[in-house]
Amino acid sequence: MTSSTPPILDAELPGAEREPRADTVLRGGEARRAIRSAFSSPVASFLVIILTVLWTIPTLGFFLNSLRSKEAVYSSGWWTWFAHPTFDLSNYHTVLFANGGEVLPLVNSLAITIPATIIPVFIASMAAYALAWMRFRSSDFIFFGLFALQVIPLQMALVPLQRFYSTGAHVGSLTIFPALHLEGSLAEIWISHTMFSLPLAVFLLHNFIVQLPGSLIEAGRVDGASYLQIYRLIVLPLTKPAIAAFAIFQFLWVWNDLLVATIFGGSDASGQPVTARIVNLGGNFGSHQELLAPAGFLAIVIPLIVFLAFQRYFTRGLLAGSVKG
Amino acid sequence: MTASGEASRIVLASTASLAATKLGDVVAVVGGFLAILLIIFLVAERARGRLQRPIAIVVCVGPAVVLAMAGLVIPAINTFWLSLTNTAATGQKFALVDGKLVPVTAKFVGASNYVFAFTDPYTRGTLIRTVLWIMVVPLVTVGVGLLLALLMDRMHYTSFFKTMIFMPTAISFVGASLIWSLIYNPPVWQPNGSPGSQTGLLSQVVLSLGWKNPPDWIQTPPGNTFLLMVILIWIETGFAMVVLAAALKGIPDEIIDAARVDGATGYKLFAKVQIPMIRGTLVVVLTTVTIMSLKIFDIVRTVTNGDFNTDVLARQMYDDLFVTFQSGRGAALAVILFLCVVPLVAYNIRQIRRQRAIG
Repeated sequence: MTSSTPPILDAELPGAEREPRADTVLRGGEARRAIRSAFSSPVASFLVIILTVLWTIPTLGFFLNSLRSKEAVYSSGWWTWFAHPTFDLSNYHTVLFANGGEVLPLVNSLAITIPATIIPVFIASMAAYALAWMRFRSSDFIFFGLFALQVIPLQMALVPLQRFYSTGAHVGSLTIFPALHLEGSLAEIWISHTMFSLPLAVFLLHNFIVQLPGSLIEAGRVDGASYLQIYRLIVLPLTKPAIAAFAIFQFLWVWNDLLVATIFGGSDASGQPVTARIVNLGGNFGSHQELLAPAGFLAIVIPLIVFLAFQRYFTRGLLAGSVKG
Repeated sequence: MTASGEASRIVLASTASLAATKLGDVVAVVGGFLAILLIIFLVAERARGRLQRPIAIVVCVGPAVVLAMAGLVIPAINTFWLSLTNTAATGQKFALVDGKLVPVTAKFVGASNYVFAFTDPYTRGTLIRTVLWIMVVPLVTVGVGLLLALLMDRMHYTSFFKTMIFMPTAISFVGASLIWSLIYNPPVWQPNGSPGSQTGLLSQVVLSLGWKNPPDWIQTPPGNTFLLMVILIWIETGFAMVVLAAALKGIPDEIIDAARVDGATGYKLFAKVQIPMIRGTLVVVLTTVTIMSLKIFDIVRTVTNGDFNTDVLARQMYDDLFVTFQSGRGAALAVILFLCVVPLVAYNIRQIRRQRAIG
């Protein structure tokens, strides 16, 4: 459909292509296409291109700077790269292997992120299933209560949580929960991220799970499956798109987190994730400007790959149920 | 092989073994978690009859509720109590006083931490800047995001543009701060006072436009706060755009059809049909970005660490709690932050309930 097509032509073919309402921009409904061609103008395209360029310049500059030599980084701006294109990878080499190296922080970030993504997926999808399909007296209260918990700022939970991990919970001399003694391991970070993710996770997954066809669940019941079997064998496999969307979200969030990792990660430098490493790099090597760009770029490569690989799930799963207008 | 090459090889080998151990631990932890979950399920699935439902509910909802209580509800109550005390340091033991959990060494000081927050000039500056953040960032983010969503709704081949604009969402706040330092870097001056090299794009642009003496952007209030906001706007716009674009696409064709038959086109169609139809999503995006701006920590922490009149609530709170150990004052700031978010989420919940009632 080109922009020159008069909209009236489309209007004369009612419902010709309306039935398969595909998700992509290119194949919309008939009416939508008519509108789009009526309004798509060179001005709109031009604006989009300008904004895209504006949005891309910072990252592009950062990337180009990481390819330039130390002297060049100090003596000129990254835009001079276009006049003198170079592909100097020595900064990457230095960042990865010298001064403690960024390999270990990257591994640490992975070690933090993978369990902190997988654990909440299961705990939240179980809760979302029960709240959506096993309605009980307080299920609405629990659902909205969990959703409302996102008002609690992370920072509010940090001190009590830290104390909880180190001393456990007590009422007077009675120990309700023993101290966990997890210092130095990553478990505190995993548990904290799981806790903080629950409000959003349960909300997103609930929106998706509640829209699953009831006939499937009914059929499972009729065939004698227990509630838990229905979750394991029917709901979980069908919820994959929403789980993928949440998992990406959680992966990016945990990978990019600095606060939780700084507070629960302990002081041991060998256990710090890549975000903490970069902050230290900025502080300790104030004079090593040339290393910041490659260090930062290495840190964003993995989330970028994850995002680009899964971005179509991101919108599809994230929006289930929430975009009904 | 040189000596340094040899040394770096040894370092590399030890790093590799350390990395392998860590990743092995991860596999063990994830595998263990899944195994325990499966065992619980297989055992609980044997329950039949009257007990089946309650057991299934406890197994499914229990972990989430316990974790949310331990990680969010109890700490929040705790923090509220802390904000009424003059605790000097963290880590006290608790005592039972009148049926309440009270840190032993804490002294009750009433609202004085809150009085301090609103009278101390530095903290007042922090509060004002935080309000600025939540006024400017959500409006600009959602405005630009909506504009892009509308423009792209009328364009072909948009996936490349969408990806490029959404990409910053995948970049950490820390990474974004580094990226933007290449924009905001001040001009470097030679020791002899002559203008030297230029590594910041913003300075370069204004220099070429004829501004002879650009300031050190990040160190010059009040503009620096807005420059920090630009970073968050840059990150969040893609999110707003993608969600709003999907909402626009979700408007049923029949409605658009009907509106067109009635003669609505262009701006009228947008203002009278499309915007009201996506109002729910618009509210969700707006509140999400507002909460995000309210809690902003990493950007300020990495770029200025709160210096040069850029401090905001979440960052000052971090200092109070973990650097200077004024837990009472920090907790009071946390409660203020909490009170700011409550109306937003309450509105959101009302919106969702109404939608549920309709659908």
